[in-house]
Order: sequence, then structure tokens, then C-alpha cells
Amino acid sequence: MLKMTHLQKVYQTHLIETYALRDFSIQVREGEFVAVTGPSGSGKTTFLNIAGLLEEFTGGQYQLDGVDVHGLNDDQRSRLRNEKIGFIFQSFNLIPDLNLFDNVDIPLRYRGFAAADRKKRIEESLSRVGLASRMKHYPSELSGGQQQRVAIARALAGSPRLLLADEPTGNLDSLMARGVLELMEEINRQGTTIVMVTHDRELAARAHRNVHVIDGQVTDFDEEQHLRRSSLGDGAATVAVA
Amino acid sequence: MFAYYLQLGLRSLRRNPILSILMVVGIGLGIAASMTMLTVMHLLGGDPIPWKSDKLHYVQLDNWNPDQPFSDDGRPPDQVTYRDAVALMDAGKADKQAAMFAFALPIQPENKELKPFQAHGRVTYADFFAMFEPSFKYGGPWNHDQDVSHTRVVVLNKEINEKLFGGQDSVGKTVRMNSIDYSVVGVLGDWNLRFLYYDLTNGAFEDPDEFFMPFTTAVDLQQRSSGSNRCWTSPADGWVAYLDSDCVWIQMWAELDSPARLAEYKSFLDNYVGEQKKLGRFQRPLNNRLLNVNEWIRDQNVISRDVEVQTGLAFAFLVVCLVNTVGLLLAKFTRKSGEIGLRRALGASRREVFTQFLIESGVVGLTGGFLGLLLTGLGLVAVRALYTEYQAVAHLDWSMVAVTVVLAIVSAVLAGLYPTWRACRVQPGTQLKM
Repeated sequence: MLKMTHLQKVYQTHLIETYALRDFSIQVREGEFVAVTGPSGSGKTTFLNIAGLLEEFTGGQYQLDGVDVHGLNDDQRSRLRNEKIGFIFQSFNLIPDLNLFDNVDIPLRYRGFAAADRKKRIEESLSRVGLASRMKHYPSELSGGQQQRVAIARALAGSPRLLLADEPTGNLDSLMARGVLELMEEINRQGTTIVMVTHDRELAARAHRNVHVIDGQVTDFDEEQHLRRSSLGDGAATVAVA
Repeated sequence: MFAYYLQLGLRSLRRNPILSILMVVGIGLGIAASMTMLTVMHLLGGDPIPWKSDKLHYVQLDNWNPDQPFSDDGRPPDQVTYRDAVALMDAGKADKQAAMFAFALPIQPENKELKPFQAHGRVTYADFFAMFEPSFKYGGPWNHDQDVSHTRVVVLNKEINEKLFGGQDSVGKTVRMNSIDYSVVGVLGDWNLRFLYYDLTNGAFEDPDEFFMPFTTAVDLQQRSSGSNRCWTSPADGWVAYLDSDCVWIQMWAELDSPARLAEYKSFLDNYVGEQKKLGRFQRPLNNRLLNVNEWIRDQNVISRDVEVQTGLAFAFLVVCLVNTVGLLLAKFTRKSGEIGLRRALGASRREVFTQFLIESGVVGLTGGFLGLLLTGLGLVAVRALYTEYQAVAHLDWSMVAVTVVLAIVSAVLAGLYPTWRACRVQPGTQLKM
């Protein structure tokens, strides 16, 4: 689903070069639920931005669902992002002056679906997160947990193959966090690949596997073991981990 | 997507009412100032008779003082002498021709409840009506025979017919002017003359002519024109000597239906002046001019330098308003960086973000445009109150309404270009606090 090989991201000023990612390799298979952990400043966010095609990388290779994203122009990247990826953010990022229906509608508008199709998808995805009855409500009328459910509905409405989540429960109390996590697990069971960045070890433990990032590199032993295992299994090129 | 972006633009306008009001008022004021002046310019400078303005020509001949030109820039006198006017009329070389001058006569109404009053009119030939095409409500113009036979007939304009006959069909009735009865042959309908382009010498913004009378009939009265009269040498005493003098007081128009006819008429005028030179007149070098309606309007500076300068200042004010709008839009769009980042993440390309925000600027412009239209209306009321001579011209017509709205949208979109360009450069990753 997602394959990065020797990926590099350098921020350059006229004085110094800062490596955000260095020889970063990872492979996420279809249907996996992967948690990416690591301390602040380790490069998790940069990884997620590049994975979500929100940022360009400076070296290496990145294939998303079999498509080499290097060299795609802005229109192509936007279309690929719209079709393949759903995002869930720590701060929900709902637009306050749009009601729930219109918030979930946003990615569908860019996809160019007809009005009837959009309506059906919006209703379905809001039902899936248990908020179908509140379609005409505004984000400020909802609790944090409910807002995050709307964000999940928005991410799901376009039927993406990959869900990228950034600390999805970071702004929620433990009860709401559990609800959101259970929802994500259910989505994953239904076939959507999930990559989640988190600080929270407990949360990470619920994922199928953990990838640990330090100083812009994947360092976790489990990851190495896992990759080795999977390469033996299907003969795919093993992605070396530094 | 256009409808979607339009909807978002309107919503965004409502979200920050104070910021929106500032922008809309800014654009509205700038638009109103420029459009008020542009409307005055447009109506002054517009072609008053577009379907034949290139056919109607104003005739100028240089019979002026051999020792001193009529004007420093070498222009011939702006009117012709009685002698020359009659000679040109008698020659009849143009397709249509009309000599004319302004004339005032006291009217003694039959209705004794009305006091006698001075009426301002025009003395001319039958062709005048075919050339300048006023519409008739009742009757019609007099004919060529009546021109020749000095008949006492008159054409009234709508207002004076209203005053004298209560707006009834007065054709065949008589009007007593300075103790002589004239028979009414026609009454004009509405004639939307923005200014008297056929008599710029006596003031483009004078009141419209109240009556029209045959040239020959009026000359019999031996009464001088009520308009401009200029002489480079004093005429001898007596009416006949005045008619024979080199004083210029008559406007001469010729309708020439093709460039070939224009060329023929030019050479006719040159020959005429050549003949007159043999008689000892026209001692200055040959300097005949035939200007069409628009050339004549430009020549006579109907649009004064003042109006041009004020229009320029009004547009400078619009630019200041737009610079202000650029700043406000920058602030507004910068506050929306989060939304832009989110929309990019959800699949909007830079182009789509650009379109969305440009349409949002357009919505601001459209709203400002409508406010501007309202303020332009008020501005024109002020112009009419301050400058009575512009009474007839300071009105909004449909084309100017359209120009106002388009100018407002174009201005706002131009003002929105830079903020929009900045908006679509937003790095989504840095805005989403991922």
C-alpha cells in the first residue's frame, strides 16, 4: 500500500542543512494498522506529511498503492490524495462555519461526484460514526469525541484505501479516546489500511505493529523483524532499515 | 464547482462582518467616485447621434481679419456670415443642409390666464428635422416651399405645447409671437438630447429649443440672433448692411451621405471661397473645415479639462481603496491558512484553492459594486445639485450600470490576485498541526 525506500527530506537554509528524514524506509501492506511512534522532533510528522503527499521529499523513492509519486505535478498529487488517502488530525480540523453535512462534503466536492452520490456517501459515513441525526449541526455544537467522529466520517466518505491519523485521540479524554480508537479498529477490520502517528504507547499497542522513529530514521527492532518475516513470506524486496 | 465556491464566498462574507463591511464600503466608495465622474464623462463624450454622426458635418469658412487670425491655433471662425449661409443654402450642394441660429421671441398666449413670456427657439430650414431627427408627437416639419415663401409657421416642442395648449394636438392652431400669428405645423415628442450638439457655440448645456421657425420668416423680422455674434469689423448701420457684413452668427450644417459626397462638398466650398476671394472677401489663406459631429464635439471641448482631472482623481481614489482592499484580503486569507491547508489535504489542488479565493474576492467586489451603484446614484444627485448645467446629463444609463458592476468585480479580483496567490502557496503540512 505504502512503500518508502531510502527516503530523505532535507530542509535547507543558506547556512545549514537539517535532515528531517534520513534513509527512511518503511513498507505498509494493504489492510495493516501501523502505529508510528517516536519522541518529538523525530520526524514522525514529516513522514506523515510526505506519506499524505502534503510535502515533497528530497531523495529516495515513495510508492503509494503502486504509483511512484516522484515527479507528479500538483494536480496529479491532489487527485491521488483525494482518491486514496483520508486524514484524521489531532485537532479535528472541521470548518466551524460549515455544518456536519458540508464538512463531510468537502473531499467529495473535489472528487467531482454528482450531488445525489455525494448525499448518499455523506449520509452513509455519518451513520457509520453514529452521527446521522446531527447532519445539520455545526461543529461547535458537538463534543470533542463527536467532532473527531465527524472528521473520521469525512476521511471515510471518499472510500480511501489508506487512512493517515495524527494523534487522533490527543485532544480527547480517555472515554472518548477509547470510542474513537474502537471506531478506527472497526474501519481497519473492514479493510482500510491505517497508519497512525502517536506518542501514546498504550494506543500504539493496539496497532498490528509499531514503527519507532528516532532522528529521522526507523529504528525499531520489531519493524526489522517484521520486514524480514514478510520478505521471506512473499518474496517482495525487503526494505532495509538503517 | 463555481456555484459551490460562490456559496463559500457568501458564507465567508457573513463570517467576518466587520472586515467584510470595511472591504465592501472601501470598494463601494472607490467605485462610486469613479463611476460618478465616468458617467458625466460618458454622457458628455458619448455620440449623440451614432447612426449618422459621421454624415452630419459642421461647416466653417475663414472670412476673418486678414491681419489677425480668428484663434491663435489657426481655427477658422466657429460660425458663418448670413451671406455665406444663404449662398450655401441656395446652392444646395449637400444631401441635406440647414443654416440656423438661436432666436428669442415673446409669446402672447391666447389663454388670458397665462402671462406673456419670452420663448427661446431656433431659426432654421426644413432639412433640420430630417438631419437631426427629433420625433414628432403631432404634425411634422414645414416643407421646402414654406422655407422659400417665408411662411409664418412654427414647430413647438413638447413642453411649450403643454404650456400653451395643455398638451393637446395644436396643429393648425396659431401662436401669437411678438404680435404676429404663426400657424403650428408640428409638435415634437420626447427628444432626449443630452446636450445641444447642433449648437455648441451658444452652450452645449443650454435649455432645449422651445420652438422652431423658418429661417426666411425670422429674417423678415429684422431681429438679431439671441446667440453669439462676432464681427472683426464693425458693420454699417441698418439691417441690410448687417446681413451683408462679415459678422459671423449662423451655424451651418451639411449632411453628406458618403465619403465621395464629402469630398465633393469640400471642393465645392473651396471653389466658393475662391469665387468670394475674387470679390475681395476671404483674404486669409484657404481654411475651410468640415468636422463631423464627434469631431466638432471634441473641437469645442464639451468635456472640460476640469471634468477630466476630476475623473482622474476619482480613479486615483479607487486605486487607494483597492490597495486598502488588498491589505484586508491578505489579513482575511491569512486567517484562513488552516482551512486552506485542510482543503489541500482533502484533495484541493492549488488551482482549485486559487479559484475559490478569487471567486471570494469577486463576491466582495460584486457586493461593493452594488453599494457603489447606490452611491453613484447619490453622487449624481449631488452633481446635479452642484452643477445645474449638467442637469440633463448626470443620469445613470444601463450601459453605465453594467460598467459599474463589471468595474467593481474586476477591481476586486485584481485586488484579490496577490492575496489569493499567497493563499494557494500555503504549505498544507505546516497548517494542519499534524
